[in-house]
Amino acid sequence: MITGALRETGRLFALAAEVGRAVFRRPFQFREFIEQFWFVASVTILPAALVSIPFGAVIALQVGSLTQQLGAQSFTGGASVLAVVQQASPLIVALLIAGAGGSAICADLGSRTIREELDAMEVMGVSPVQRLVVPRVLAAMGVAVLLNGLVSVVGILGGYFFNVVMQGGTPGAYLSSFSALAQLPDLYVSELKALIFGFIAGIVAAHRGLNPRGGPKGVGDAVNQSVVITFLLLFFVNMVMTAVYLRIVPPKGG
Amino acid sequence: MGIEVVVEGLTKSFGEQNIWRDVSLTLPAGEVSVMLGPSGTGKTVFLKSLIGLLKPEKGRVLINGVDMVNSPTRDIYETRKLFGLMFQDGALFGSLSLFDNIAFPLREHTRKKESEIRRIVMERIEVVGLLGAEGKLPGEISGGMRKRAGLARALVLDPQIILCDEPDSGLDPVRTAYLSQLLIDLNAQIDATMLIVTHNLDIAATVPDNMGMLFRRELVTFGPREVLLTSDEPVVSQFLGGRREGPIGMSEEKDAATLAAEANSVTPAAPRVIVPQRQPSPGLPPRRAVARRRERVMRMIDTLPPAARSAIRETYARDAAAATVTAPVAGSGA
Repeated sequence: MITGALRETGRLFALAAEVGRAVFRRPFQFREFIEQFWFVASVTILPAALVSIPFGAVIALQVGSLTQQLGAQSFTGGASVLAVVQQASPLIVALLIAGAGGSAICADLGSRTIREELDAMEVMGVSPVQRLVVPRVLAAMGVAVLLNGLVSVVGILGGYFFNVVMQGGTPGAYLSSFSALAQLPDLYVSELKALIFGFIAGIVAAHRGLNPRGGPKGVGDAVNQSVVITFLLLFFVNMVMTAVYLRIVPPKGG
Repeated sequence: MGIEVVVEGLTKSFGEQNIWRDVSLTLPAGEVSVMLGPSGTGKTVFLKSLIGLLKPEKGRVLINGVDMVNSPTRDIYETRKLFGLMFQDGALFGSLSLFDNIAFPLREHTRKKESEIRRIVMERIEVVGLLGAEGKLPGEISGGMRKRAGLARALVLDPQIILCDEPDSGLDPVRTAYLSQLLIDLNAQIDATMLIVTHNLDIAATVPDNMGMLFRRELVTFGPREVLLTSDEPVVSQFLGGRREGPIGMSEEKDAATLAAEANSVTPAAPRVIVPQRQPSPGLPPRRAVARRRERVMRMIDTLPPAARSAIRETYARDAAAATVTAPVAGSGA
């Protein structure tokens, strides 16, 4: 049981290392990359935008009522922006990439595996990792980074709207507290998180897809596992990255 | 000329379950061999081990000095270009048309121009009789067509070693006969080493130069076709006769009680006749492997069982007689 879990973990890391090596191997599958990029983007953009509006609103409302109690209402904007940019946005992006893009990648690779397409590819001397997995992982990473920008903007707009319109906050105070509390490294770490989460989602989806257990039902199970495993890893990695970030980058004015 | 495949002491298990152990055999260069075995004896696993898709725990598979089990990945990938593998259900890429499927190895491994690729692919499509279907997706054609398309794809790089995984499964007897003929014709044309894994008795009786059989986690025998066809080993005679009486049961093997009960009510098996091997279609060059095999078999004939020995002598005597009969006819016609 434990050795089984360790073995799977080891294989996951081995695949990650192999993908890392295969990224630089010619010829790069440009066409496949574009197609996957387009696919992942098309299934994630709309849900991401729709999720981020209420999420930004919830943070704005929650932080707004707390700051009101503390008498620090003028800092509502900065606080909710930090929460959205640093935490909510990369996580929303990762959940959507894993749930919408990763599950599709996993199902696609899984059904190809059980149809022996990947074996056939290997027999013809073509590495499925270089040919199929690398473009998918890179697409997941690229879409994650770009989508993160979108979600941050939409989330902040949602927060702004709810704070100003619903809670009677002043637009000036909301905006000026941006620069009072937030700083550029917050944005950098947000994008870095999105990049890494995209990588994790792509690798886990590919790993489960390449190793489905027994027949079509195995593919369904693999998709399920890939989403669950990605979620678990995301929250753990997010915690570690947040802790490290707060250690090495001093908060503004702190 | 094809390449010799040497298998030494191969042992493969999945977890606790041993599939077969200590399998040693040599596929002679350019000859056609068949591996028989009841369902579930690891024939496909054997095929996949030859090409390095599965890793046996013990043993070696030597091809041109490269060990397909333990060599570095790069060497294995390089050696795989010598192979053509026909999968059980074709294993075509579902998103590509038949043409693109068959062109795939050419586009990956050669720098040929698109017009050149088109020429080669259409030629292969014609060989397997799929002209007119090249624009279809694998999901739109029948299982037999997928199989033939898989064969065409396996042939497109002019492989030196061709492996066929159950070429007959899902095909009617007529198509199976056509496919058997196609395999023999191919061998005559490109002189590749071929291994066919099957449990079809018709293919087994008419196609191969050499035959082997896997049963009970072991290689029962491997050698010239006459050895297996005349073998009085219970497993072999049960399998070739397609009878229920014998060591092969519905699940892999039978227990002693059932075997003892059968022994009491034994019906004598009909004597097996050795059917002559298929010849290449008229107009094709003779198979170069035939002469090589004859030389090889004659060298080892004293080590073979007596029944096989007389069968081989008989076959070659008949061939010689046929040759002397046809030769003057051919001469007068010229």
